[in-house]
Formats: sequence, C-alpha cells, structure tokens
Amino acid sequence: MDVTITLTVNGVARTVTTDPQRPLLDVLREDLHLTGTKYGCGEGHCGACTVLMDGKPARSCVVPVSLADKKSIITIEGLAKGDSLHPVQEAFLAEGAIQCGYCTPGMILSAVALLQDKSNPTDEEIVAGMNGNICRCNGYVKIMNAVRRAAGKVRR
Amino acid sequence: MAENLSIQKAQSATAKSSAGSEFTISRRTFVQSLGAGLAITVTEAISWGQRRGGRGGAQGGGMPVVARLHLNEDGTIAVMSGKVEEGQGARTELSQAAAEELQVPFDRIRIVMADTDFVPDDGITAGSRTTPGNVPPMRQAAATARELLTRFAARRWQVEPNTLEVRDGTVTNKATNQKLTYADLATSKEIAEAFKQPIESNIALTAVSDWKVMGSSAARMNWRDIVTGTHCFPSDIVRPNMLYGRVLRPPAYGAVLESIDLSAAKAMKDVVVVQESGFVGFAAPTLFQATAAMEAAAKTASWKPGPPSPSSKTVHAYLKEHARMGSPSEKGFADAAKTLTATYTLAYIQHTPMEPRAAVAEWDGDKLTVWAGCDGPYRVKGDLMRLFDLPAERVRAIVPDMGGGFGGKHNPDAALEAARLAKAAGKPVWIRWTRAEEFTWAYFRPAAVIECKGGLDAKGKLVAWDFVNINAGGAAVDTPYNIANKRCQSVGSDSPLAQGAYRCLAATGNNFARESFMDELAAVAGADPLEFRLAHLENQRIRTVLETAAKHFNWSERKKKITPELGVGLACGTEKNSVVAACVEVGIDRKKGEIRVREVCEAFEPGPIINPANLTSQVQGCIVMGLGGALTEEIQFENGKILNASFADYHVPRFRDIPKIDVHLVNKTDIPSAGGGETPIIAVAPAIGNAVFAATGVRLRAMPMRGDALRQA
Repeated sequence: MDVTITLTVNGVARTVTTDPQRPLLDVLREDLHLTGTKYGCGEGHCGACTVLMDGKPARSCVVPVSLADKKSIITIEGLAKGDSLHPVQEAFLAEGAIQCGYCTPGMILSAVALLQDKSNPTDEEIVAGMNGNICRCNGYVKIMNAVRRAAGKVRR
Repeated sequence: MAENLSIQKAQSATAKSSAGSEFTISRRTFVQSLGAGLAITVTEAISWGQRRGGRGGAQGGGMPVVARLHLNEDGTIAVMSGKVEEGQGARTELSQAAAEELQVPFDRIRIVMADTDFVPDDGITAGSRTTPGNVPPMRQAAATARELLTRFAARRWQVEPNTLEVRDGTVTNKATNQKLTYADLATSKEIAEAFKQPIESNIALTAVSDWKVMGSSAARMNWRDIVTGTHCFPSDIVRPNMLYGRVLRPPAYGAVLESIDLSAAKAMKDVVVVQESGFVGFAAPTLFQATAAMEAAAKTASWKPGPPSPSSKTVHAYLKEHARMGSPSEKGFADAAKTLTATYTLAYIQHTPMEPRAAVAEWDGDKLTVWAGCDGPYRVKGDLMRLFDLPAERVRAIVPDMGGGFGGKHNPDAALEAARLAKAAGKPVWIRWTRAEEFTWAYFRPAAVIECKGGLDAKGKLVAWDFVNINAGGAAVDTPYNIANKRCQSVGSDSPLAQGAYRCLAATGNNFARESFMDELAAVAGADPLEFRLAHLENQRIRTVLETAAKHFNWSERKKKITPELGVGLACGTEKNSVVAACVEVGIDRKKGEIRVREVCEAFEPGPIINPANLTSQVQGCIVMGLGGALTEEIQFENGKILNASFADYHVPRFRDIPKIDVHLVNKTDIPSAGGGETPIIAVAPAIGNAVFAATGVRLRAMPMRGDALRQA
C-alpha cells in the first residue's frame, strides 16, 4: 500500500516511501523534519501550510503526497540563499510584520507567489492574493506594508 | 531552545532588610551553559513594595520569586521570566526592562522564559499583567545589579558610590580611568563577603524621561528564526523516536462513552492504544496512522447522550432564565423624566489561535518533561504532578514561544493527553489538536445577556443607571461616567458550553452594551454622542483619548455628512488601567444587508509606552480582532454539537475585511505602565454599532451585529 515518492525539496532530491494519501504537510514535517511549514486548519482555508509546488502556491495540508511525486517543492526553509534572506523575508523584518509568527511562513510564501505573478501589484491585488492566509494576531496592516515594500511600493 | 540549558540551583542566602523587604543574593557555585556568575533574585516582598496601585501579585498566590537575573562571568546577562511569549512581545519588553536598568545594550540580555527548571512561577500569562506585574520587579533586579556594581567599584577604589555611574555595562573611575564591568562583578571573590549586609529595596529606577532602551521600538528578538522557519513552536518540537498522538472525542457535549471495540486499532502496526477512565488515545509513528487508528475505533464507539441543552438560537433566553441575580435597582428612576431599557446579547466565540493546542511529553524513567503550548508553565507542571502523583523535582514544563493564545490557552489539555500516551508508549508522544478539535473542545468566550436601564432628567442629564451582565463576567462592568444613582453588576448563569478567558473577556461585551446604550440615551436626549459622553465624564484620561480620536477623525465635520449608506460612530472605555477611544466610518448596503467598516481611528493610552512599534502592532491587532467579534464571529450549536467548527463556516477577519486603520498612541509618563494587548479591543464593536445607527436609525444589540437586520428594516 505504501508507494515511493520522489520529489525535490528546497533543491535537494528526496525519496519517501509512505501511504500515498498522507498530506504533503505531514511528510514535510514528520519524514523530512521541515517543521517551518505549519498546520493551521487541515482544510486549505487558512494558508499556514503554504508551500511552492513547481513554483505555484499549494496548501500542503490538502495535497496528498502522491500528487507531489516528481514535483519541486520550496518551503520556508528553502527561501533564503545561505545567509541572504529573500526580499520578502527582509520586508517582513523591516516592517515588523510579525506577532506570534505562526502564520508567517505561509504568509511569506503566498507573498512570494503573488510577487512572482505580479511584480508590482495594486493593493486590491495584494488583498486578493493574500486573502486565503489568516493571521489571528490580526497583523494584516503591517503584513500589507511588508508585501508593498517587497514589491518596491512602500508608501512613506 | 531551552532544552540544552542546565543550571545547577544556586545555593542561596536570604537577607532581610529593615524595611521587611527581601533580596536573595546568591553566590553562583556551579553553572553549565550560562557560565558561572552571580544570581539576583527579587522576591515577592520587594515586588509588592515596588507596586504602585493595581491588583498586584501573580495568579494563584504563594509565589515569592518574581524576577531572577544572572550576571555571568563572560559578561552576558541572563534574565528569567515565568511569562510566556505568544506574539504579544513579552520577551522583548522584559529584556528592554533589564537592559534599561543595567545600563547595557539590549543585545547583551539573554532571556529564559517559561521553563519551570529555571524561571520563577509567574502564574499564567493573562490579563495584561506582564507589564504592570513583571516589568517593575525585573527593573528592580536589574537596578540592584547596577547598584552592586557601583558599590563594588566604590569599595575597591575607595571612592563614594555617588561619584560613579554605570554606562554601557561599565563603571569608570574618572580620576584614574579604572574600569569595572558586570563580568568583573560576577567573577569577584570579594563579592559574597562585601555584600553580606542587606540590600535595601528602594534603589531608584530610571525615570521615564531618561529611558534609552525602554520607550524605544527595540526589534523583537527571534524574528529572523521565524521568517526562516527555524523557530520551534510547541507543535514543532521533535524528540527521538517520537510518536504522534490522537485522542477520541465525544460526538457532542456531555456524551459519555458506553462501549468501544479497540481491537482493530490495536491490530494496526506500531499503534499504541490507551484507554483509562474515559480517556481513549492512540499513538503511532505518523499522525496519519494515529488518525486511522482513532477513526477505526470511533466507528465502534457507543455513546450515551448528555442531558438536553440549549442551541445557539435559544441560549440567551436560557442564560437569562438561569441567571443568579436579585431584583433590579429602582433607585433614582422615580425622579427620571425619561427611562430607557434595552437588552444586549453576545454570542459564544472561539479564540482560534493559528497554532492549535500542542504538546510533546517525554518520560525519562519517572521524570517527565513536557513542551506545551499553554500560557502557564507552572499550571502545566502542577496538573502533571497531580495526574501522575509526581513530586515537583520530577516534572519540567517548557513553553516555547507559541503561536497565539488570546486568553484561550490557560489549560494544559494537550500536555496531559501527550503525557498519558507517552507513559503507555514508553516513547515521547506529540499531540496537536486539529482545527475542528480546537473549535469544539477548547473553551469559549462566554455568551451573555446584558440588561441596561438608564434614566434622564428633564435637561437630558443621565441620573440613574442599572446595568447587569448575565454570564460573561465583571470586567469593565462599572461605568466610567458620573451618574448619581447606579448599579452595575455581573451575575453568573448556567453556561451550556465550556467557557473561559478571552482577550479583555467581559470588558468587550460590557463596553459594547454600555457604549451602545449611551448612544441610545444621547439620541433620546437629543445630544451629540461626543458631547453627551464628555458631559458625563470626569476621567481625564478617557476624555483625552476621546478628544484625540475625535480630532484625528475630524468627528465634528464628518458627522454632518452621514447618509443612509454612510455612518460614523464613536465609543470609549477603560479597562486594566488603560484607556481607549475609537471613531469609525461604516458603509452600508441595505439591499445586500452588508456592513462594511471603512475606517477605524483609535487613540490608546497605557501610561508610559515601553515599545511603540510593538504596541502599535497590539492595537492594530485588537482593532482587527474586534471586527470579527463585532460582525461575523459566532459559534453555532445544537444538541451539544458545534455546527461551524471550521474556518470555512466561522468567519474570522481576513485581508479583505481590513479598513483604513489609524492608531494614535498617547504616552502618559507620570503613572505606571499598563499592558496594551487587550483594552484596545473594547471600543471597536460599539463604535461600529453606533455608526450603523447614525446611518440607518437601526440599533443592533447583538454581537455579532448582522447586516441581515438592516435588509429587513
């Protein structure tokens, strides 16, 4: 019943033999020990588990690992290049767009996906792109500022 | 983070001062990972002496130590706090407090939080108590260290202490340019001998006007770990050979397990099954396997339903019927020219922190270590000691900085579940509640019925007031307005759901009812809502924030532009020794029955502000969280079942709901600092309701305020 899945995670080829129905989120956290990707709802409603799958945002809690076979996954741990943070990570720090920080990995990956798609989004486009991510500390104002900053659009 | 820390307990000697206050000055005898050095402990006696006003004291009583500080030989300084970081910024704020009084750069402070092997028992992290209750003793411990360094130097150099000053962690003899540092103090062989005499408790703290580190927007301490995904939240703890756990839940409130067939679960490979006194749990090498085992067993379970209980549609009548209250006050109403009554209601709501309850438990022989997402590390420890009949030295509870709480994580449920399973499995066990479990089995913010009655004299002055909160509690139940005859009370009832703390708890509902009702009275009196409040308000702090918010919002002009589709409203209030006022603009679509909050302008004053950037985040967060309770959040239930236990069916604020938000922090420096993570929530809902009324003439008296009522109107 177990199957062997081959995937690339943060640029490294990985092989996992497991139940194909397990969520990608569980495999990342339990088998590959990449706990930066968070569980928030298990239903794809909150965005805490967002990763990039072949460059597109994916809710890893509702992606069976079998669908990640032969795919390339980027998690929050794979975003920085060595000590050099991704511009979106830098923007979250610069704007102080973090309270408890639990939603932050998913927020950052959703923002990366948004900015890859639209390098200079309007506020409406940021809202549309980020609306699937919930922050219960309700730090949306500073997160908006961080996404604007990352897009080179910070208003001062 | 803290798991590799191992400090041997200091041999301590207690000295009593003539004032009856105590400092415990301990010579460090052996330290592993923080380095050898000097420990300074502030006891409850000192902290009480330092407290000016406020309720004081950590919850639960009997906890003498309120701050600990270690000066290490390598020049680093460690401070210990039993408080929990859950996004509110306590880690940074307490470090700022220590750095300020030690006169060292902020980055020299290493803070250990919420690990019962090292930190004092500071109770639970709640009630905005960290700022007023823990910052002062932390400052006192640090100021004592600074004073010790000064006296140490004075003694060695044979000069008067008052000629010396500590700067940047160093005391300098200006005449000779000799220098001494905290590391010198920590390594001194003379120190124990030199300071056998008591240290008085009245060492001056740095005046607000001289603050350098406090009062600044010091950056939060572990943010880089958060943006790179390396910070370990409670649910991220992984231990060798760890199993993942699930717990069987009843199908409804009050249901009791009659029978269950566990054979299928037990037959599954590598699955551990535990059944003891109503607890049925499963642990397996993956969460998927544990869940499969639980679901297989759940299919065979037979449950005896609980007694009949109300639904979310009937609960307010039920609470009123079961209210424990006397007869209402009639005093003053006889003289009133006009009397108005109204009933307000609140729904049950959930906290839904992004990280659900989580814990990892690990037994090493008969010693138990638990990492838990709970805001009271000593509550975790105490509950585990009782459950397993263990002495204190065999239980260690650690709370890694966790993913939100908002008053919803006082109980260590997940820790107890993980520890039971780990004991049976003989391996560490991890538990993290699902979102549906968090929605269903975590305690709720109480529902309430609030009865209001007000009497106006012929001139429109409020002369009689009767206000009763049924079921939600007494926070901010008293009115801040001057009214000759008043009765304000909170009475209990029979809650059909488990209920508990929430961000500002009852203050939100009480302020919603009071500030909405004040608006109703202003309308009856024919007065402007702002003028009506000011006419009954002597509290200068509230007046200041009310006038600040009104000025920045341009209240007097904007109220002239009200239309049936566009309303403005305001509200104010006080709780936990801070004050707040908000002005809002709402857009209303009566065809769709929609209320859209377009702008919130809020002024907040908590005394001297310790970290403006962090406080701004807290106020913004309160405003947005307040929108949820005001407009959309409501637990629906029937026959003991929660009907909307999902983010799909329970709408919390999202990016699309965010109005223009304008925050004005008022820094009042002549009083002690109050906490700022709660009170800013209480003005949001009534200001919205008042704006809706201003536009439509329809008074919405239920939280959440549904736009449906406008569609029918």
